[in-house]
Amino acid sequence: MTRPQLEVRDLEVRARNAAGEEVPIVERVSFALQKGEVLALIGESGSGKTTIALSLLGYARPGCRISGGTIRLGETDVLGLSRRALRDFRGRRVSYVAQSASAAFNPSRTVMAQVTEMALLHGTADRAGAERRAIELFRALALPDPERIGHRYPHQVSGGQLQRLMAAMALIAEPELVVLDEPTTALDVTTQIEVLRAFKDVVKGSGTTAVYVSHDLAVVAQMADRILVLRNGAMQEIGPTARILSAPQSPYTQSLLAAAAPVPRGADQPPAAAPVIAVQGLTAGYGRIGADGMPQIPVLRDIGFEIRRGSSLGVIGESGSGKSTLARVVAGLLPAAQGRVLLDGEALPPALAQRTPGQLRRIQLVFQSADTALNPRRSVGAILGRPITFFHGAKGAERDRRVKRLLDLVQLPAAVAERQPGELSGGQKQRVNLARALAAEPDLILCDEVTSALDTVVGAAILDLMDELRRELGLATMFISHDLHTVRAVCDEVMVLYAGACVEVGSRRAIHEAPWHPYTQLLVSSVPELRQGWLEERGSVRGPEVIGTDRPACAFFPRCSVALPGTCDRVAPPRRTLSKGADILCHREEADLLRAAIPAGP
Amino acid sequence: MSRMLRQLRPAGLIGLAILAFWLAMAAIGPAVAPHDAGAIVDMEVFLPVSAQFPLGTDYLGRDMLSRVLHGTRYTVGVALVAALIASGSGLMLGMCAAIWGGWVDGAISRTLDTLISIPSKMFALVVVAAFGSSVPVLILMAGIIYTPGAYRIARSLAVTVNAQDFVTVARARGEGTLHLAGAEILPNIIGPVLADFGLRFVYIVLLLAGMSFLGLGVQPPNADWGSLVRENMAGLYEAAPAVLMPAFAIASLTIGVNLAIDVLSGGRRAADER
Repeated sequence: MTRPQLEVRDLEVRARNAAGEEVPIVERVSFALQKGEVLALIGESGSGKTTIALSLLGYARPGCRISGGTIRLGETDVLGLSRRALRDFRGRRVSYVAQSASAAFNPSRTVMAQVTEMALLHGTADRAGAERRAIELFRALALPDPERIGHRYPHQVSGGQLQRLMAAMALIAEPELVVLDEPTTALDVTTQIEVLRAFKDVVKGSGTTAVYVSHDLAVVAQMADRILVLRNGAMQEIGPTARILSAPQSPYTQSLLAAAAPVPRGADQPPAAAPVIAVQGLTAGYGRIGADGMPQIPVLRDIGFEIRRGSSLGVIGESGSGKSTLARVVAGLLPAAQGRVLLDGEALPPALAQRTPGQLRRIQLVFQSADTALNPRRSVGAILGRPITFFHGAKGAERDRRVKRLLDLVQLPAAVAERQPGELSGGQKQRVNLARALAAEPDLILCDEVTSALDTVVGAAILDLMDELRRELGLATMFISHDLHTVRAVCDEVMVLYAGACVEVGSRRAIHEAPWHPYTQLLVSSVPELRQGWLEERGSVRGPEVIGTDRPACAFFPRCSVALPGTCDRVAPPRRTLSKGADILCHREEADLLRAAIPAGP
Repeated sequence: MSRMLRQLRPAGLIGLAILAFWLAMAAIGPAVAPHDAGAIVDMEVFLPVSAQFPLGTDYLGRDMLSRVLHGTRYTVGVALVAALIASGSGLMLGMCAAIWGGWVDGAISRTLDTLISIPSKMFALVVVAAFGSSVPVLILMAGIIYTPGAYRIARSLAVTVNAQDFVTVARARGEGTLHLAGAEILPNIIGPVLADFGLRFVYIVLLLAGMSFLGLGVQPPNADWGSLVRENMAGLYEAAPAVLMPAFAIASLTIGVNLAIDVLSGGRRAADER
């Protein structure tokens, strides 16, 4: 075995905590990487994975300090470099791809200027050479129109393209080591797959050594040769990807793997109860409403569904599909242009101001990010107490008693009432967020991506809790997510939105089975599976970037693998019921769809 | 609070101390002054610093220390009330504009933009020419001049908070404007608003001092620090403390408030980072 390209020995990073004491956040981490190897750092938030990744660049975040150990890249002792030498080292010999590409690009300069900057800065190439190299990279990363995409500005390309452009930026100076920090976490599944494939081709093609930071085991299984599992800044386990996935030794790795596998909750069929909410022919959007009753920018078109007491409906679609708008319309925040929302058979006024306090109480919203959903300047007690006072008029000791009961319901200690949201962990905040909705004693809870910002294990616990509450309290829930895994795990019924239209709706069991609407099939087959080689087996999908300016009769037409030109782009697709029990919006016959579904598989 | 004080750097402590001193003097100055502000205590004018007259005497032989202490009430008091009016109305209008949005926002914003477009010194001179320079007129005038600036700051802060999910949740609950403004938005913008309040206070002190220096502010026999400088201009040739001391008072108040503001905004930032 040759001398490894990268060697990290006994790395220790310390940070100052609130009390001003220095505590280690990363302890005794050692690993080595051969040239061309990809190592994944995996763990929950707070496990120290990003801290370790940054220390490979000789960098510690403000308040942190690399306090021990050695990092050697090639012949260089990274931690021994002077400030000046570090500047030369970063970008040229080791580069970094961050989670949010939109935050990493300067919106006022062209993509090409920013991608080539690193090479020009370090003098590894002249402008013409750097641009040639950039275009090669654009081509290798499967970006559309590689010759000209560089002339665009960051806002003129899609999120997935920007993420790939950032990879080009990192690779332009041909570094020895690339650090990728959750580069696909913010992307839709259908976009993620293309980005992953592009990354893998380029990294493997150029023989670059890479460190890939992620919390998603299924993604890591596609990318990494070896996996390092971290928890609370300490190494749990390191080994080849195949061994970690098939025979994890550390109990923690085992629990991670268990949480990644979907646990079916809820029923296969919705319970036979009266619908709490019924939505009929709902159309909504932004801007002036035209003479035909369509808003200037329609977001939702002709949506209809019912949610029964104690049941949950999953709403799934990629960003921009209108799923969050649907929650806003049902909650009354955005009045619908057409259609009706019935609460227990009674029509709800479209606008918030016209609804009675009783109607408002019965529908509650829970938002994705508990950081912005909880007022940072109010205590948990005040946050939960307000809806209790507002809807039920309870004050003083009675209110405190109810706050305590709510905290108990979401499995938080009573002492949390005294705290501010900033002092809670992500999972705890999301529980408070949920408790606030429960405080109103609602009939329907609208959950918008409630677990998307959480770690797998914490998210699974929240899903368990929600499922328990749903059954105990007979709540109806609408569960909005971009993650098919989550939706299939918690919902009795699933509705798939594409460009504001409901393209498929059916019971959970139906969504598990082929045939699907072509878009559902794309979603189903884009969710990474927890095994190596899945990415290679997957056929290519057309990303959302190919959408033209004119809206065809079927919005999915440009990306559809079984589209019928001349029909699908001209005639609005009919709603048809498949034998598995789901309704879809498609021109294709069931047999055609079934044939199309076979190669992809569930 | 005590923790915040312990973390202060010396500059912040000095600023707070100066501010506290002048606020105290505005409250009790006339009571602790050794002489009556209008009493001629010595036939000698522009006396230098002495044990008997710590700040010397003025152009009529009045005790300068007593004059400055009496003046504090005018300078600090008028500016404080005017700044409260400016920041208070700016804050309320700003939160209303953010919460209601739409045409209400447009109407308030355009009206105050119109006000901003009038040069403030000119506006002040016209108001004094029309209504005289009584204390209520000065307060109202300064309050109106500095409202649009306070409104701009408060509105932009409130708009950002208003867009956050916790406000949407409160709105979806059916909460009224009072709760949205008072409980949800205000606690999140109060830090920068207070810092802005301090700045407005300083601007108003300087505006009023300037007006008084021109003879258009507080009228004799009463005097604020600006008019004290004006009265004793002749003493400048003799380097008399009578002209320097009120100027020094203005400077110390301005600097003190600025140092205190840094603490206020910086202290809150440190708290947020934790």
